[in-house]
Amino acid sequence: QKEDPFPGPAPIPEDRVEKFKRKEKMKKPRNKHFKLKALISRSEKASEMAQKQAARIDLLLPEDAGFLEGDDGEDTCTISQEDIVDAVDISSGAKYFNLKLSQFGPYRVDYNRTGRLVHLLLGGRRGHIACIDWQSKNLMCEINVMEAVNDVKWLHSENMYAVAQKKWLHIYDSNGIELHCIRKFNDVLRMQFLPYHFLLATASATSFLQYLDVSVGKEVAAICTKTGRLDVMCQNPQNAIIHLGHSNGTVTLWSPNQKEALVKMLCHQGGVRSVTVDKTGTYMVTSGMDKKLKVHDIRAFKPLKIILHPIWSFLFVTEPKGCVVCSYRGYCSGQCLLQLYMDVWSTPSPKPYMAHRVRGAVWGATFCPFEDVLGVGHGDGFTIMIQNQLLSKIQPELISLDPNQLGQVDRATYEQKHQDRVQALGFDPNAKEKFVPKFKKKGRSSAGSVERRKKQVAHEDQRDVIRRTVEDKMRLAEQRKKKAAAKLSGQRSALDRFRK
Amino acid sequence: MAKVSKKQAIKKVKKTKKKSDSAEETLAAVPTVAYDEEEEEEEEDLNGNFSGEEDEEDERRRQKLLEAISSLGGNRRKRLGERSEAAVQMSEFGVSVDGEGRKIQLSELIPKSAPVKTQKQLKTLQASTRTVDSPLSKQETERIQRDLAFQKTAEEVTRWKSLIRQNERAEQLVFPLNQEPSGPRPVDRVALGWMAQTPLEQEVFAVLTANKQPVHDPLLTPEEEASVKAMSLGEAKIRRAELQKARALQSYYEARARRDRKIKSKKYHKVQNKAKRKDLLKQFDHMVQTDPAAALEELKKMEVARMQERMSLKHQNSSKWARSKAIMAKYDQDARNAMQQQLDINKELTQKVVTALNDDQEEEEQEEEVMPECINDAEEADAANPWMRGRLSQDPEDNEKTEDLTVEVENKGGEEEEEEEEEEEGEEEALLRKFDSRRKQRRAEEEEAAAAAAVESAEEEHKDDDEELTEFTNLLRRRQQEEEQTKVETGNPAPLLEEGLMRVRTLEEVEQLGQDPGSEENPVAADPEPALPPTEPPPETRKASKSKKRKRGIELQEVLTKQTKVIAVPLAPTAEDVEDGGAEELDQRGLIQEAFAGDDVVSDFLKDKRKQEEAGRPKVVDLTLPGWGEWGGTGIQPSRKKRRRFRVKPNPPPYRKDKNLPSVIISEQRNSAISLHRVSALPFPFENHAQFESTIRCPLGRTWNSERTVQKVTRPRVVTTLGAIIEPMSREELLKDQTKGDSGEKSNTNPVKEKNTHHKHKAGNKQKQKKK
Repeated sequence: QKEDPFPGPAPIPEDRVEKFKRKEKMKKPRNKHFKLKALISRSEKASEMAQKQAARIDLLLPEDAGFLEGDDGEDTCTISQEDIVDAVDISSGAKYFNLKLSQFGPYRVDYNRTGRLVHLLLGGRRGHIACIDWQSKNLMCEINVMEAVNDVKWLHSENMYAVAQKKWLHIYDSNGIELHCIRKFNDVLRMQFLPYHFLLATASATSFLQYLDVSVGKEVAAICTKTGRLDVMCQNPQNAIIHLGHSNGTVTLWSPNQKEALVKMLCHQGGVRSVTVDKTGTYMVTSGMDKKLKVHDIRAFKPLKIILHPIWSFLFVTEPKGCVVCSYRGYCSGQCLLQLYMDVWSTPSPKPYMAHRVRGAVWGATFCPFEDVLGVGHGDGFTIMIQNQLLSKIQPELISLDPNQLGQVDRATYEQKHQDRVQALGFDPNAKEKFVPKFKKKGRSSAGSVERRKKQVAHEDQRDVIRRTVEDKMRLAEQRKKKAAAKLSGQRSALDRFRK
Repeated sequence: MAKVSKKQAIKKVKKTKKKSDSAEETLAAVPTVAYDEEEEEEEEDLNGNFSGEEDEEDERRRQKLLEAISSLGGNRRKRLGERSEAAVQMSEFGVSVDGEGRKIQLSELIPKSAPVKTQKQLKTLQASTRTVDSPLSKQETERIQRDLAFQKTAEEVTRWKSLIRQNERAEQLVFPLNQEPSGPRPVDRVALGWMAQTPLEQEVFAVLTANKQPVHDPLLTPEEEASVKAMSLGEAKIRRAELQKARALQSYYEARARRDRKIKSKKYHKVQNKAKRKDLLKQFDHMVQTDPAAALEELKKMEVARMQERMSLKHQNSSKWARSKAIMAKYDQDARNAMQQQLDINKELTQKVVTALNDDQEEEEQEEEVMPECINDAEEADAANPWMRGRLSQDPEDNEKTEDLTVEVENKGGEEEEEEEEEEEGEEEALLRKFDSRRKQRRAEEEEAAAAAAVESAEEEHKDDDEELTEFTNLLRRRQQEEEQTKVETGNPAPLLEEGLMRVRTLEEVEQLGQDPGSEENPVAADPEPALPPTEPPPETRKASKSKKRKRGIELQEVLTKQTKVIAVPLAPTAEDVEDGGAEELDQRGLIQEAFAGDDVVSDFLKDKRKQEEAGRPKVVDLTLPGWGEWGGTGIQPSRKKRRRFRVKPNPPPYRKDKNLPSVIISEQRNSAISLHRVSALPFPFENHAQFESTIRCPLGRTWNSERTVQKVTRPRVVTTLGAIIEPMSREELLKDQTKGDSGEKSNTNPVKEKNTHHKHKAGNKQKQKKK
């Protein structure tokens, strides 16, 4: 019989296994309860298996994005998009297109995340809204809401999207039919959709940050941030925290569970123009009026890198690989320069990786999911740059700065927990009813007698405790006394034997 | 009359006999009293018992008895008993027995041939005055029985304990237990599991096994296999010739050995022995090199021989023969020589490093070695069918030769190699040493460099921090000073006004800010074409930074003045015009905004932060009651002592999370919303938080895991097959489990499954078995 030349399972490279490591290995406790032992060993085994399996299957998930490489001495950012389109394969080249929509611009752009099919949503400042099937480039719907449009956002499916219009927040379906007009959400300037929580977070001109649960249609939280007009907003995809940029140079972090900003960071000397967080939730990139572009480590809330730009810039999106898109606007020429930086956090002095010029102001840019494509909405239309539900809905209470908090035992004290309970219930369940003395006639309810009656029942529980402790003390003292007496009496007398 | 008395007597006897019997069996048992009234049988029994001792008396008694019995029959005439001798008692029926007065000995009731032991026992039994206990009450007996039964069943049940525990702890139980895996099974396994059950099957099986028919692997019988393997005619002939040759050789060897043994010349044997010894030595040396294990064994043998020699007096001239020789030695040279030889042998053998062997052993070995083993093999092997043998045994001589050759070759080769290796080793060592020294040097250099770099970097960092610090502290100081000054000047605090007038940044600083893009740390950025040339920072600040290098602990750091890296933006060609055009014609508003950017942003932020810190700090509770224990009234403050006494100082608050982050305010509010979803207390088997948190650390969902992992991790604890009957566990399971336990294996592959319900079933099982 032939022997297997490669016995056992195929080996997995160490680094790939390390990538999926979720916890440190635990020591098996010795001489411990058998149940504990079994539990721990079982969980260890399961986690090891999961890690290995994930590492094995990782092969099927090629996440490496394509990249651009110039000749010797050639700067990649001088390569124009047209050249790239000529160079790349047909299918990739076909993804590059330009929509000339000069009438209703500038445009906001959004791709929807879920589903096999990617859909593109365009919202023009002057009321033009269009949904386009990304693959087939079919126009799904096109309407004009006859009102200023501040932002557009896909909701959990490709059938619904929210449009922040001049006054209210509207929700349309993919055929362009208005489903809801939500009056509670007024003057919305920016929106973010938290896909795992089914929450639509809106930032309004009246400095309100509101959360709408899309699955139930209920407002989850409305927070008055008291920081003026909120037109800079992004979300941290890792922990669903909303980041808001303010005109006083601060960036604030919000969750629907607290009325107060979780964190307030002073990032710029001027107002904050744009904020974006990378997918892993590690880095935050901000740009401000002080012509600076800053990279922060949001886990430590410390600035990592500061880049000075000649003009102040907008920046839009980041990708996990450290891809940041900046746009500059010439004040007069009306043209806009888009720059794409790669590996902003790892390279010491980041250089633009690609550059592209568009006409009109850039108003929105989004990377297309699953593709090396960036959609840019600007004043003159839309340009492309080449480069899965309800059951698993996460409750909004679980949004916190540290998403691992849920996996930790609550070590709060009893008092704290009691306070939480009181807060949640609205009353103290352990509180005793206040004693109100009965009204008696014939002058027996005089102030003095009422006080006396009150005194009779006051601190009853405490009195009980005190009584008990005093009794205990007395008993102990008596015993001690007896013992001492016995000791004092010294030798045993003959009659002691008759004692009990 | 006589009849009745006799009956009584018989009864008595019977009783006692019974008693004795029962006493013999179980002393505790209570004799059951139940009699048959068949007198004849009893008589016979009695007759049997009464043979012996005093024959005459017995005879007489018997006679009397017979008469009495016969009188019971048809002759109903009563005869008065004869009065033969004086008796104490006279029966009213006129019957008198000789030994009526005395008691019957229990031992008399059993035959004489009965063992002495029983007799003794009976005697002691009779002697004992203890009365027999009255039988236990029904309840008590039942209780005892129940108790015993319980013990028995408990023992039975405990046997299942390990199995049940195993099942309780099993990760998953699949009911019904011990299911056959679905799908076709391999034929081998089916055949292995099959047992002959019916007699016919058994018979067939027996026949098959007797004829070595294959049972499990039904391809070929061993005979068939052998025949398949058998040789062709030519081969067979060659084989036969070889065998013949071998046999002839064997006979030659034998004959030669016989002749050798008959030779009486001692000299011949001596020479022979010497040669053999030499050979042996050579072999041993050879063995030491090639096969150290065998050599060791040989050495051990020698050691044993030496030990034996040391123990025995064989060669020490103390034997009978030696003594006789000693007498002869005076006159006979040969005798002297012989004795000397013996002593020599002794010496040789008792020497510690020896290679020679005992004479006798040598002889034995000699005899053994005379015949090569292969020849014997040829004969010993079952010669019934030489054709059926697997393969030819190789020619012994050839084999040996080839072995020797190879060994020699190997030996030579090995030596050469060794030499070469030594040489190589020498060279290699030299090389290695060189390398080592070089490596060490390099390492040392590197370490030095690294240390230097580390120091430098640390210094740089320090500088950075300190610079920031100093700048910020300067700012702060200036502010404080100004505040103080204003306080001093005005006397009354006027913060509102002050704030309006205060300038956080001086003109110099603004200038510096303008410069700082290119300043200070540009070498790190290492841009080929920096937009602005690097300029030296103002010397004063440098100095200040140096002087305050060691100073730390200022809680606020300037973040905004942190060194910035300008990127010289190599703009796309298309963008240049934008740049140029844009730069000159900046919006007026933008310009103003930029110029005054961050004017009060920092101070606002600081104020905000301080406010937050203040709010988070627990307040001092002042419980002083003005006018209590002293004079009160308007304008009278309670005394300082009193105030100090009644002021409750709270514990210092825990450090804020943003203590070391000057540009960040982190909210210290507790997120109570999530606490409803969190585990509030450590669950049972866990002993610390880390254990529990680690076990729930890994996600289970499909988003993070492969499908297989999800299935494995979330598999249910109990699985039942739809429609299958779940039988209680059978006794075989237990046996299987025990055998498994004996063999030390754990049932991992097919864990035996059980549940609590089965516990109950078992009791039922046992009862059933008992009934059977």
